[in-house]
Amino acid sequence: MSRNTVAGWSFILPNFLGFALLTLLPVVVLFYVAFTNWNVFGVAEWTGTANFRRMWDDSSFWTALRNTVYYAVFHIPLTLAAALGLALLLNRKLRGVRFFRTIAFFPYITSIVAIAVVWNQLFSPEYGPINALLGAVGVDNPPGWTASATWSMPAVIIVGTWRYMGYYMLLFLAGLQTIPAQLYEAAETDGASPWQRFVHVTLPGLRTTTFFVTVLLTIESFKVFDLILVMTGGGPGQSTLVLSQYIYQKGFEENQFGYASAVSIVLFGICFGITVIQFMVNKRRNS
Amino acid sequence: MTATDLSLPTAAVAAPGNRGTSARRVRSRAWRLLGYAALVLAAAGLLLPFFWMVVASLKTNNDVFTIPITWLPDPVVWRNYVDIWQRSDMTTWLWNTLLLSVIVTFLQVLTGSFAAYGFARVRFPGRNLLFLAYVGTIAVPWQSYMIPQFILMSKLHLSNTLWSIVAIQAFGAIGVFLMKQFYETIPEELSEAARVDGLSEYGIYRRIILPLSRPALASLALLMFTTTWNDYLGPLVYLRSPELRTVQLGLNTFISQYNAEYALIMTGSVLSVLPVAVIFLLGQRYFIEGVASTGLKG
Repeated sequence: MSRNTVAGWSFILPNFLGFALLTLLPVVVLFYVAFTNWNVFGVAEWTGTANFRRMWDDSSFWTALRNTVYYAVFHIPLTLAAALGLALLLNRKLRGVRFFRTIAFFPYITSIVAIAVVWNQLFSPEYGPINALLGAVGVDNPPGWTASATWSMPAVIIVGTWRYMGYYMLLFLAGLQTIPAQLYEAAETDGASPWQRFVHVTLPGLRTTTFFVTVLLTIESFKVFDLILVMTGGGPGQSTLVLSQYIYQKGFEENQFGYASAVSIVLFGICFGITVIQFMVNKRRNS
Repeated sequence: MTATDLSLPTAAVAAPGNRGTSARRVRSRAWRLLGYAALVLAAAGLLLPFFWMVVASLKTNNDVFTIPITWLPDPVVWRNYVDIWQRSDMTTWLWNTLLLSVIVTFLQVLTGSFAAYGFARVRFPGRNLLFLAYVGTIAVPWQSYMIPQFILMSKLHLSNTLWSIVAIQAFGAIGVFLMKQFYETIPEELSEAARVDGLSEYGIYRRIILPLSRPALASLALLMFTTTWNDYLGPLVYLRSPELRTVQLGLNTFISQYNAEYALIMTGSVLSVLPVAVIFLLGQRYFIEGVASTGLKG
């Protein structure tokens, strides 16, 4: 071994030992546990694909998968638009933009439990300020939000978007700053309208950022859990049950580690697959 | 510096100054006003829940929900902040959370920056593959491997101890990733010169790289502290005994126990957010740098 190899490993080792044992190993073991019948008493019994066949007929699993997709399909574009909008707004020379950048980021660093309980109060169907506001502008039959199977998911999506848009806004802001000002000046000299400048200068300039934000946002959407757990507990009924929560239920509440691991593989596969596809699409677009 | 400095206002979208015609100036002023209106609206939407939280924490329980809504507490019930300490184990919760956050942050910053130096500055076979393993796990949701991890931790007899949270949080890939991004912006010539002067790699790390990376270390420390402070799922899975509860877990059990005590619940929420809010306001520049540098250049 060369001196460099020894030096390199000596730097990495303290972190790598923990990382390998507590992250890499569990990821590998997941693929074993999923093919076993493993309950809390810790005896693994190889059952082949039984867990996956059970999943195929498990309507709760499909509900959780559907709800996860439902959340992602709305959360991703909404957050993307809100984050980009905020970034464009805050990239201007206005008084107090720094203050606004700070407060936009604030929801992201505050705790889920506090956020969930406040929003539940705001969403309270009868006395909550949101429905009071809706009533004031003439909505006769305001939604029941987290108390209603139809409106619980939209409520969760609203809170998710509110929480995460400041984070992605920062990424967009950083991206906006890499676009040379001369491009805008040139476009303006050519008589381009603000909209044309947005489409022909801003959007192409933000391509890498948008790509990266979309990847992060997708993974974040598919692993959504604690927000839902604290806000609705997956209910009412199973209206907000998502994959992560289903894994938690099967694993830690019902002690079916094997089955929960099989569901985990689905979640893993979705996130991994989406990331790979997005990277491939981005690569092709760049070449 | 780590990333583009976000605190500098950019000229990118602003209208050019002195060569505009008057019609243009009017239009630019209209845009400005519209911009402010949008800002105020966005800010109100972002802050309203926090405003509600603080106001409700100072109301009597019956006053939290009234129609029409009262936006200011009357009377102001400071007693809620005394009551919550008497009716919950707030001290234990806060202490546990503080302990965990400090230990995790310390370990992340220490081992993360050390490992990142190896990845960024030392060339050896297999380095890139190894780094790929780190980056790859960022894309893997924790929920998908929490079951095997839990089994492992149980075998190690770490579950239901505070160490479990230290173990699962302290060696994550984020710190390695963030610090590596930063180190790569430091000119290689600096290390070369030091090598010529006879400094070992450890010497370079300690004498040159570490002092230069204070802002990045601060970013990482702040991000890790708030992440650990706010973590809900990890403690939920691992900390079963009441005396091990973190503030997030404690608050949630308090909510389910006293679900009609709206004002007190808000008081607890304010207390759970307050430390993070203070830290955030003190170090917001570093937060922004940290996010901008991990987020981009990937």
